[in-house]
Amino acid sequence: MQTEQTAKQTYPDARGHFGPYGGRFVSETLIGALEELEAVYEKLWADPAFQAEFDRDLAHYVGRPSPLYHAERLSREVGGAQIYLKREDLNHTGAHKVNNTIGQALLAKFMGKPRVIAETGAGQHGVASATVAARLGLECKVYMGSEDVKRQALNVYRMRLLGAEVIPVTSGTRTLKDAMNEAMRDWVTNVDNTFYIIGTAAGPHPYPKLVRDFQCVIGREARAQSLEQIGRLPDAIIACVGGGSNAIGLFHPFIEDTGVRMVGVEAGGYGLATGQHAAPLSDGRPGVLHGMRTYLMEDDAGQILPTHSVSAGLDYPGVGPEHAWLKDIGRAEYVAIDDQEALAAFRTLTQVEGIMPALESSHAVAQAMKMAKTMDKDQVLVVNLSGRGDKDIHTVAELDGIQI
Amino acid sequence: MSRLQQRFESLRASGRKALIPYVTAGDPQPDVTVPLMHALVEAGADVIELGVPFSDPMADGPVIQLACERALKHHVRLLDVIAMVAEFRKTDNQTPVVLMGYLNPIEAIGYERFADAAVAAGVDGVLTVDLPPEEAEETSVLFSSKGLDNIYLMSPATSAARLQQICERGSGYLYYVSVKGVTGSAALNVGEVADKINQVRGMTDLPLAVGFGIRDPQSARAIADVADGVIVGSVLVNRIAELAQTPALIPAQVSQVIADMRSAMDA
Repeated sequence: MQTEQTAKQTYPDARGHFGPYGGRFVSETLIGALEELEAVYEKLWADPAFQAEFDRDLAHYVGRPSPLYHAERLSREVGGAQIYLKREDLNHTGAHKVNNTIGQALLAKFMGKPRVIAETGAGQHGVASATVAARLGLECKVYMGSEDVKRQALNVYRMRLLGAEVIPVTSGTRTLKDAMNEAMRDWVTNVDNTFYIIGTAAGPHPYPKLVRDFQCVIGREARAQSLEQIGRLPDAIIACVGGGSNAIGLFHPFIEDTGVRMVGVEAGGYGLATGQHAAPLSDGRPGVLHGMRTYLMEDDAGQILPTHSVSAGLDYPGVGPEHAWLKDIGRAEYVAIDDQEALAAFRTLTQVEGIMPALESSHAVAQAMKMAKTMDKDQVLVVNLSGRGDKDIHTVAELDGIQI
Repeated sequence: MSRLQQRFESLRASGRKALIPYVTAGDPQPDVTVPLMHALVEAGADVIELGVPFSDPMADGPVIQLACERALKHHVRLLDVIAMVAEFRKTDNQTPVVLMGYLNPIEAIGYERFADAAVAAGVDGVLTVDLPPEEAEETSVLFSSKGLDNIYLMSPATSAARLQQICERGSGYLYYVSVKGVTGSAALNVGEVADKINQVRGMTDLPLAVGFGIRDPQSARAIADVADGVIVGSVLVNRIAELAQTPALIPAQVSQVIADMRSAMDA
């Protein structure tokens, strides 16, 4: 019990460490910008006026609170625990990402930065960044791996319609990690007028902390809704983990509720045994990348390995440092769901509930279906349905051999 | 006295400034690197910064990212780079060599094992781009105890308080990044560099070397007038890229860039 309380109340420490993880492993050229961001963030986060503006935007622009929906038919079909869906897919722009971009855009506004940049994998964070930039009249540039530009053509066009410039990144493996490298390079170069909106609870301190704080609205709502709708807390809460922002947003407010199992679902790709996946917590080891110490997919020489997942948003070789810490202290468990299982869950939820989940979120749904089967009918699982699946229709159609 | 200290003292005594080329080890192929290092020394290099290839060189521009990718095609590992230094030392026991790279390859093999292997091979200093002093408390003590110099970066955005801290932690020399940006950036402002260098001079006796944005004999000369050392990277790596199909030509042609800078600096 003591350990869990410590995890919530004191982590990260003043230098951004979650136990041995996190920190600020960046070039000296970025230290000044991170120190400035940290100071502004700590000041504003403690300011009731800032909190009120953030809450107002979440209510009237994003459309919060998002419902906690009892998927009765799915629960019946699976046979076992009752499955509830936290409907982040119903947020404006269609995913949880916007909770964070609203918060960071407010920071950018207070800091007087006229230009924002972002990295994106599936395009959801890019869209959410382009959206808030349009609303605040900020210039917006989004870095996206050229592989992902191909996989997520719909979101690329959405970003362009919103007035953002999408820059395809052709270095390295041409996916999310390379987009992040490129965004960091832009930030170093244009640090005076630019705010970097990181899309996940990862990167150098203070990003893992501030993204978590902005995303915690998910868990706070889910906790209150559980008490209201079922009269108690759920038995387990489940979320997919790429960088891990939707998962930490759901988990964090439950950390002290030790009766609630927390299950993070990584992308198992072609299967953990093949090595072609994106599951560093399940099959990686600690190292340093993108400004933080965390679990990574790397070779013996410390080079970062290419990853694979059917979902672009989970296709990342690292993970937010708080998840690494929660794994090590045993407060959360992490499992992997492979491409096929996720695709099957995508179809099931679509057909049985009329809700089309993002392929990322489909990993969490698949895990919930697996777990529910082994549980009693009066037990409850809450799954974070972090995004909607419209953006993935091309990917699924292509797997079906259909050209749209 | 460390090899770096010796080198900077003898330069100071003769009124010359250090010329410090950077090349990525194993670029475009492993057998080029040691002959290239010797050619650079022949052309007037005083210290060599040898880049350790990394898959995700976040603080570098496209030129050095591509150099890393070329080297990694040949699976050049940190231990291979250390072996190159050992090979170089067989015929050059004077020129200091600094390994420059990112933390993860060091972390992967273990700090102690790395330090022992580096010292045994004749490495003099380590510059880990993504290891700022506050994260380096343990490693810097370990590296110093083994006899490796800890080289740190300073940038235009570094506060006075941090400059002071870095001066206290650093050894060998200090590396001042001349521009806000990644390696290979343009727009070097010599006046601004001079102001910052003068500010740091009041805090330390360590030699101050300047890198980023130095691409021709004129800019090398201008920086040599205000700093103790001139670090040149992307312009050399660019030349290597152009010659990647004719690797035999690389040592002579790439070191010519250094020879031209040397003449301008000594004139």
